[in-house]
This record gives sequence, structure tokens and C-alpha cells, in this order.
Amino acid sequence: MDKQSCYHCGDDCEQVSVTYDEKNFCCTGCKTVYEIFASNDLSYYYDLQESAGASPIEVEGKYDFLDTPTIVERLTDFDDSDLQIVNLYIPHIHCSSCIWVLENLNKLNPLINSSQVDFPRKTVRIHYNPIQISLKEVVLLLAKIGYEPTISLDDFDNKKKLTDRSLTYKLGVAGFAFGNVMFLSFPDYFDLSSSASTGGEFWLNEYEVLFRWLMFAFSLPVVGYAGKDYFTSAFKGLRSGILNIDVPIALGILVLFLRSTFEIIFNLGSGFFDSLTGLVFFLLLGKFFQQKTYSFLSFERDYKSYFPIAVTKINPSGKEETTQVHDIEPGDRLLIRNEELIPADGILLKGNAMIDYSFVTGESEPQQKQSGDKLFAGGKQVKGVIEMEALKSVSQSYLTQLWSNAIFKTDKSSRFQTLTDSIGKRFTVTVLSIAVLASCFWLYYEPSKAMNVFTAVLIIACPCAIALAAPFTLGNMLRIFGRKKFYLKDTLTIEQLAQIDTAIFDKTGTITSTKTSTATYEGMPLNHEEASLLKNTLRASNHPLSRTLYNLLAEQDIYPLDDYDEYLGKGLMARKGENRMKIGSADFVGNTDVQGLLDTAVHVANNDRYKGRYVFHNQYREGISETFKAMSKNLRLAILSGDNEGEKSRLEKLLPKLTPLYFNQKPENKLKFIKSLQEQGQKVLMVGDGLNDAGALAQAHVGIAISENTNVFSPACDGIMDAIKFRELHQYIQASKKALKIIRLSFLLSLLYNSIGLYFAVTGQLEPVIAAILMPLSSISVVVFATVTTNLLGRKLK
Amino acid sequence: MSVIYVLLAISISVAVLFFMAFIFSVKSGQYDDAYTPSVRMLFEDELVKSQVGELPPDMDIKTEQNN
Repeated sequence: MDKQSCYHCGDDCEQVSVTYDEKNFCCTGCKTVYEIFASNDLSYYYDLQESAGASPIEVEGKYDFLDTPTIVERLTDFDDSDLQIVNLYIPHIHCSSCIWVLENLNKLNPLINSSQVDFPRKTVRIHYNPIQISLKEVVLLLAKIGYEPTISLDDFDNKKKLTDRSLTYKLGVAGFAFGNVMFLSFPDYFDLSSSASTGGEFWLNEYEVLFRWLMFAFSLPVVGYAGKDYFTSAFKGLRSGILNIDVPIALGILVLFLRSTFEIIFNLGSGFFDSLTGLVFFLLLGKFFQQKTYSFLSFERDYKSYFPIAVTKINPSGKEETTQVHDIEPGDRLLIRNEELIPADGILLKGNAMIDYSFVTGESEPQQKQSGDKLFAGGKQVKGVIEMEALKSVSQSYLTQLWSNAIFKTDKSSRFQTLTDSIGKRFTVTVLSIAVLASCFWLYYEPSKAMNVFTAVLIIACPCAIALAAPFTLGNMLRIFGRKKFYLKDTLTIEQLAQIDTAIFDKTGTITSTKTSTATYEGMPLNHEEASLLKNTLRASNHPLSRTLYNLLAEQDIYPLDDYDEYLGKGLMARKGENRMKIGSADFVGNTDVQGLLDTAVHVANNDRYKGRYVFHNQYREGISETFKAMSKNLRLAILSGDNEGEKSRLEKLLPKLTPLYFNQKPENKLKFIKSLQEQGQKVLMVGDGLNDAGALAQAHVGIAISENTNVFSPACDGIMDAIKFRELHQYIQASKKALKIIRLSFLLSLLYNSIGLYFAVTGQLEPVIAAILMPLSSISVVVFATVTTNLLGRKLK
Repeated sequence: MSVIYVLLAISISVAVLFFMAFIFSVKSGQYDDAYTPSVRMLFEDELVKSQVGELPPDMDIKTEQNN
């Protein structure tokens, strides 16, 4: 293993290295976790997977709200005097080591009865005795070993989402009936075109009726239960005047059932129960395949998943008290600790606030606030403790108001007609006219056959294969994208993505990387002494900009400073020997020429002589230029940023010429911008990352959230993309287009089968066995075609 | 040939039995998480090994606390 990486979490140990037990750790936190594991015989954790851990974070006071019984009651799944069961979401769960250690929690604390991990959902279910150990202690134990659970307002509001298993049941019913009906059809398959009257096999004819009625009985739950969705969908479609693909399917199922029942009642034939059950089974199989869900991701999150359940309120008497976020009223005094979120708009009362709004506004650097400044909900305090007074309640705050927009209440799927549905319309019209024409023809020649032909056309033309083409192509595409770390909500999104003609991008966090930033120096060169004094001064400061700059500067000797002062909101002053260095804002170091510049910069002066400044730049993602160039060929592009114009000239150099750039966009503006494009008939793809993009993501035809760590929060969207895959975005859009082409080809293939079947139907020769062979054959060949071609397509993707 | 009634009855009741078992297993949540059990079953041996190796004194304490 690399010497420099942490034995516990695998991070680089470049800054502070802790050595313990002959192993390197990046921080004392990681070392502590190792100690805990080692002393409890859990070091097998490291054998399962190298460096699987996460360094624990400071959580002191963060979970105090778990002392409140009403909150605990709502979070637990089961609550009894001597047993509590809680289901906690832990984003860090990612490998077998995680499962192992979490399922051995009782070795760390024997008071925990048992724990069980659900890996795909990244949750752990813990049973414990609330008299001996409280929920808070359990959560703190998890946090101590680096598995900090995420407990958000969302858990609190939505009590227990029941998993929908109805499709599994339906599939089970249809499969069960299909198998048994096939089995009961065998006598008929062996004894074709014979009956008692024509002198067929005696025993087969003797029990024919019994077998047929048994098949009828098996098909009842298939039509009544398993195929129910097709009837309701067709009915809904017809009522709103749309001929969707479910109309011919429902018609096919109904005609199959009625004609078969009619045939066995009057002893005319064996009916088509085998085809009927097979049809429903295959259709449901397609639905099941399409229903790929990434259960560890959530595409429906709003601000609630981001907000804490409770905050600390300071009573007029000065006592601290935990209160639920919903109960915050204007005028309440709140205590916000380090790394905590500001739950409601308010005014800063005490302490020096350093608020990270990157998630809300897209601005990349934390903002310094002084007492009396306004604070907005959604910002994160990154340094020390502050006190604030709430001015608004949570739901009325600037950020959360965005969710009152109607766009969050409409379902995207209802705004869009799928390819299958648009084909279904033409298909239904064609099939119905063929059926009518054919039966008119037979009415003229041989009226007794007319009804037979009419139903046969509807049966054989039932678009089973067409209905399967899209689920299998898109379902497979969804899986392929998932393997490439591009997670889409559903198959509808792929269809939407294929039709995109405009792509809008957020700047901060989307096309820039949130992890790294670069700084360039402008001004007089610093001599060796000055450079080392600068580095040493920065070393003492905890300001985010100081930390960033410190890491960027070249290595220098470390020595103690003679004098050091930090002026909050202004800068640093340090002295070593003769040199007095000032680092900070332009004002602070005594430079007035550079006022009004929008860049984030740190200015440096030595002995009251202005030296120069370090200008911070966003680090753009790799290959951004090429990606945009490729996309500009067939997409309209634009940048929509909440940040200021400081980076404008750099962006203009990077992006294709004449790409529109919009800065200082508020969340509301972003939403409206997308809406206005849509009103001009454009199909818009929005790519963003933060809560400030949430409105735009919801409004756009396709909203994709970029995430550096897919385990962490992302706003409501249609797809989540791993940031390292950003440069492949264009390729993925092209792949979606090809996927739609595959569907169209599959339609052609199934139409081929349909025309063969129609020949039998129109000429009045449709035997049950022909239907029973033709229908599964067409379905299977379409499924094979769709799967093979999409896999070939997927192989080309990076 | 009326034995066919008996045979049919048996074959169908066996099929229905399996069908019920399927419904029951879905209902009990067996299919909700199809991944973790596959990993979990591989741990078992290792856990026993470490218990045999070092845990016995510890385990006494545990049982005391549980009682």
C-alpha cells in the first residue's frame, strides 16, 4: 500500500501524519476509529477492504435534539418500553467492510441487540433497548466510528414509505397462471383440429371440457388482477382523448378473454388462454425490467432532506433548548454551531459568521458576516458558534419559498408523450380499420366467419412486442448508464434526453470543481524571506481562504512568528524580525487602487509596501472546453450562474464563441429563464448541482444534478451524474438518441411478425396454436434484438 | 381414467402451494434487498474464527450485561 495514504480512510496524509501501530493515519479521528476497531477485535474490517473507513467528524452537540422524546418517537420504526427499532440512512455505506462492521455493532456496544444493513438502500436497522441506551448514544457511536447517519427533516415528515411490491405480486400471478395454462394446453397441442365429432383421440376429447374450464379459472386472476393496470391506463387515456399504447393492449386482452370464454362455453374450440396469460406475463416482465431503481439515490429530494430536524434555541431566560425546525417563529434566538445549517432567514446577533452559501447561491467562497448582517436560510456556518435571530419561519424563507412554485407539484411524466404512445395511436387506428375492413369482407362472403376474423385481428395485432421494445431497450440503457455512474430516474428520462436541443449549465460546482481552486499571483515578486513569512502567517490562520492559499503555496521552513494578530473580516498581521506582513482585504493592506474588482483575492503587503495579490480562480473540470465544443455542434448552450461576473473573461476563453453567459441569477430567475425557453418550443436540459438550481432542474425537460460524491445530497432531479463523467455528457445524449433508433427498429421487426399474423387472422385461419407460437416468438425476438443492440451501444460508451 | 381428477387436483394444489410460498416470501420482504444477504453469508466463518480466538472472556461480560 502507498505509504502516504491513510490506513483507515485512504486519504493522503500529506499535512499531518499520525503514526500508530506502525500504520499511517491522516488524522487523529481515523486513528481513534482504528483503535476502537482493533481493541474490539474488529480489525478484520481492514482485511475485507483496504482503507474503507471515513474519518469521523466533530459532532459535539449536533445530536442533542435526539434527547427530545417526541422526535425520537417519530424517527423510530418501533417503540416499546424495552425495544426500539430505528432505520438510519448512512451515506458512507459502500463496501463489504461497512456491512460487516455495522452488523457487528453489538461487539462495540453490547447494549445494542442487533443491527442489519440494507446495502442497496444504504440503511442500517438497529434494535436496542431504550432503557439502557438511547437513540442519541447509538447515533454518537456510529458517528464515532465514521458512519455518521443523515437525519434530516425529510425523515421526520414522511413517516414510513411502504415499499410497493404490487408489480412483483402481479408478475407472480401472471407467471403462475401462464405456466399452468401452458401445461393444461398440452392435450390440445397434441390433438390439433380434432374434436369428438371428427373422431379425435378419445380420452383427450373426454376431458377436454375439464381442462378448458381449468384454464379459464387460471386466467381469471390474470385478467382481473395482473392486467388491471392496462385497463385503467387505457380507460384514463380514452377519457382524456389519448389513444395510448395501452388501448390496443387492453383491447387485445379483453377480446382474447371474451372470445376464449365464448369458445369454451359453446364448445367451439379451446380458446386462447395460453396466449392471453403469456401476453400479460411478458408485458409485466417488460415493466419489471424497466423498473430499475437506484434505491440508494433519491431523485425527489427538496430542501427538507438538507435541513436538520432541530436546532438549538435560546430562551429569553438564556437557557438553551432544542426545538424542532418547524416550530421556529420570527423573533426566536437561535444558536448555530460550527458546520450547522441556518434554518431560517434572520439577523446575526453574536459571533463572527463565516457562511458558506455555495449550495444556495452558487457562490464559491464563504462570506464573512458581522453582527447585524442578514443571514439567509440554507447557508452553512463554517467557523465557530454564532447566535442569530430568526426573521421568518422556515417555510417562508428566501430559499424555501422556491418550493412553493407550482412546478414542484406537477408530475413530469404527465407533460410528455412517449414514443411508444405516439406510435400506439397510429397503430390502434390501423388495427381497428383492418379489423373492420376484414370483417366487412367476410360479412359479404361468409357472414358466419366475420366475428371470428374481427376478433382474430384484434388478438394477433395486440402490440405485445411493440410494448416490450421500449421497456427493454430503455431499461437496459438505464442499467448501462448506471454502470457508467450516470444515474437516471426512469426510462422516460432517456426518451426526453434524446430530444434535447438546448443545454443550460450552472457554473459553480457544475462546470467548476468544488474541491480544488487555483490562485494566481499578480504584483511584485516576493523574495524568499517574504514568501516564507507569508506561508508561516497563513499557517496560523483558520480562515478558509488562508487554508486554501496555504495549501497552494510552495513548502517553506516552519518557524514561530514573533507577533501574530488576526483581524476578523479584514486580514492577518504578522511579524518576524524586521518584516511586518499584512495579508487580507485590499483595504486592510492599504491598497485603494484595486477597489471594485469582483475577483476573490488576498492582498499582501510587507512593511507597509503593497506587494501584490493572489487571485483565486475556480478550477474548471477537465476537458470542459472540448465537451462544450462538441455539444455546440447540435445543441444550443448557455451558462446560468448565481455567482458574480468575476470569471466572465476566463469562461469566454474556455467556451465556444458566443455562448450566452448569465450571471447573478437568483434561483427564481433560473426557473423563469428555463420556462421562457420552453415557451419558445425548446427542449431544455438543465445541468446543475445545488439547491439554487432546484427550480430550474424541476422546470427543465431533463434536469441533471452533478455530484462529486453521489452519496451526498443532490436536489430533486431526473438524473444524477458523477462529476468525473461530466465530459462524457455529450456522448450520453447521443447514446440516448441511438437508443430511440433501436426502439424504432424493434417496432419494424414486430410489425413484420404482426403482418404474418394478420395474414392468418384476415383469412380466418387463426388457430390457437399459431397465436401461441407467434406471440411469444415475436416478443422474444424483439427483446433479444433490443438487449443485444443496446449492449453493443453500451460497449462503445466510456 | 377418472384418476385424472386426482392427478389434476394434486398437480394444481402443489402449484398453488408454491405460489402461496412465493407470495408469503415477497410479503415478508425477502426480495426487498437482494444484495446484502449475498455478502453477509460470506462473513459468518470469519466472525466465528475471531470469537473462538479472543472473545471468550469478553463474552462472559456480555451475557452478564444482557441478563
